Amino acid sequence: MFEYAPAPESRSVVDIKPSYGLFVDGRFVDPVDGGSFKSINPASEEVLAEVAEAGSEDVDRAVRAARKAYEKVWGPMPGRDRAKYLFRIARLIQERSRELAVLESLDNGKPIKESRDVDVPLVAAHFFYYAGWADKLNHAGFGPAPQPLGVAAQVIPWNFPLLMLAWKIAPALAAGNTVVLKPAETTPLTALLFAEICQQADLPAGVVNIVTGAGGTGRTLVEHPGVDKVAFTGSTEVGKAIARAVAGTRKKLTLELGGKAANIVFDDAPVDQAVEGIVNGIFFNQGHVCCAGSRLLVQESVADRVLESLKRRMAQLRVGDPLDKNTDIGAINSAAQLERIRELSEAGAAEGAERWSPACELPERGFWFAPTIFTGVTQAHRIAREEIFGPVLSVLTFRTPAEAVEKANNTPYGLSAGIWTDKGSRILWLADRLRAGVVWANTFNKFDPTSPFGGYKESGYGREGGRHGLEAYLNV
Amino acid sequence: MSERVAVRKTYKLFIGGKFPRSESGRSYIVQDSNVVLASRKDARDAVVAARAAVKGWAGATAYNRGQILYRVAEMLEGRREQFIALGVPAAEVDAAIDRWVWYAGWSDKLPQVYGGANPVAGPYFNLSAPEPTGVVAVVAPEAPALLGLVSVIAPAIVTGNTVVVAASPAQPLPAVALAEVLATSDLPGGVVNLLTGRITETVPTLAAHMDVNAIDLTGVSDAELAAELEVKAAENLKRVLRPAAADHDWFADPGVGRMTVLLETKTVWHPKGV
Repeated sequence: MFEYAPAPESRSVVDIKPSYGLFVDGRFVDPVDGGSFKSINPASEEVLAEVAEAGSEDVDRAVRAARKAYEKVWGPMPGRDRAKYLFRIARLIQERSRELAVLESLDNGKPIKESRDVDVPLVAAHFFYYAGWADKLNHAGFGPAPQPLGVAAQVIPWNFPLLMLAWKIAPALAAGNTVVLKPAETTPLTALLFAEICQQADLPAGVVNIVTGAGGTGRTLVEHPGVDKVAFTGSTEVGKAIARAVAGTRKKLTLELGGKAANIVFDDAPVDQAVEGIVNGIFFNQGHVCCAGSRLLVQESVADRVLESLKRRMAQLRVGDPLDKNTDIGAINSAAQLERIRELSEAGAAEGAERWSPACELPERGFWFAPTIFTGVTQAHRIAREEIFGPVLSVLTFRTPAEAVEKANNTPYGLSAGIWTDKGSRILWLADRLRAGVVWANTFNKFDPTSPFGGYKESGYGREGGRHGLEAYLNV
Repeated sequence: MSERVAVRKTYKLFIGGKFPRSESGRSYIVQDSNVVLASRKDARDAVVAARAAVKGWAGATAYNRGQILYRVAEMLEGRREQFIALGVPAAEVDAAIDRWVWYAGWSDKLPQVYGGANPVAGPYFNLSAPEPTGVVAVVAPEAPALLGLVSVIAPAIVTGNTVVVAASPAQPLPAVALAEVLATSDLPGGVVNLLTGRITETVPTLAAHMDVNAIDLTGVSDAELAAELEVKAAENLKRVLRPAAADHDWFADPGVGRMTVLLETKTVWHPKGV
């Protein structure tokens, strides 16, 4: 492997303030009954900023601000004008894309080439897409005059902080709702920069409110009686707790939860393309992806060839500084997540699977985990059943298409799946039988604002993206 | 000459296409007839039957499912007088028949209305299509006994789901009579399974059952019970349809919401290239 010269992106484009308040009713305010916490750079453990932690009084103020904005401004506003605010936000995101990408990589640890080329462009595209729906809701197929729900409580994860914000806020606002959003405690900074963008767009006060904090703040928000809608992306465990918390209320709920996707490689698949797909499927975003292809199901007759090629490819992956433009795999988002990945990986080895990682130099400071595969994995192993949410691939084999279907569906999750084969009829046969909300055939981890995303079974319910994504925010 | 002695009917459960009694051997009296008091075990048996029927029913063509639902309307039309004799108003029987016809037509149209191609920004084929969620537990409305029951069963099964229905405890006779209609309509056994008896006895078992994918609480009028059932349903993240408003108009256009809440959207991507 030849050497690369470092090609770091400059962080001078971002002005990170030493401390941030909550964004309530159009202004940054200090918490009334909350505290504060620090957001760190997971690649260096350096403190980036001190961030307010919202208490229950703070959450209440945010919900009341959102209610007032819903009743007085945003609800009565013609869709045509809501659209123009959303278009404005989309343009501002494009104009400030470098800043957003650098800040996302700093706070999250993901490689700059991903935040720059995937996350931020998709964020702008999402606002563009839903902006256009705001004045066309009567034609969206939900009846003649679908109505918004009111105030939406939205709780998002740390793996795609700004993209998940866009998936939540864009359709909610297009449909005429106002929102209170809680970003994840390890990645609050791009949401706060987004709040500045809302100010810059002259978005009416209270339409978007951002309350930062940890799980307690999120719980207070979804349990607040003034909320009409709850949208959550995160773990299945927390998703179930939220489903219990909203039971018996009027709150409409959508959940986008965990996954344990099968990436199925048949003997007629072009090996090089499949290997690129496997790598993208599990190592994209350090494997911090709910739809990651974390179970490789490879047909027995080509398993050796595919694995040999996969290992050769993995040895080329560059792990390190997220701001370096050559970096393929960045930092693990937090010490807690790193611990979970380690624990499950150790369980994999202890239960008898064979562990392999390429020789790989990891930085001394920060949270890092080398790309790892396990072979000889059975369906009973924890690493084949539990979501690891890290750069760890479990490899299983199959002989017949029927066995591939059986193994792929043998999970309580049902978010995504991958198929690699040159035979079209086999793709369609298999796609019909996979119990998963997104099926990528001869590709993987592709996203688009027009394309509905969401899971079957315990991966949650409701869809984000596309016309389907509007349904979560309308009284239909 | 003596007057002819009538042959009375035994009202039983409908599980897996058969008409069994309750394994518990219990019954209760409604309209001078003994009606089965289903047990928790009966509810579990019904789920097993419903699960077994999923593959065939979800895998049937939309054309085939539509024809079978239309056949249900034909059979119900032929037994119109029987339902009127059970006390169902004639207008309600007519509306129930028409509702089967309405939903029958949806089988091969909903995927077109509710799915389609997505214009993604890249060289990809991208198609979203609805699929049935699987086994659905349904609590039928207390009234109207027949139209309400048809209005919750038809939208669930037309798309390929199978159901376990808890009939109205106060008016179970039209429900059992409807099961007899279904049994003679080419509907595969297990697609519709019907329990009579107490909601409080069978439905908590269904709400907590890990092999049930969704629950329709339409007929649960006790708000506290509805909340408890929703909590149980969260254990495996069942899709939940909350109780209907007390003043719900069952004669109005039902819309598509009862079908779409029991569907999953699957989106398939494939690159375009040479």
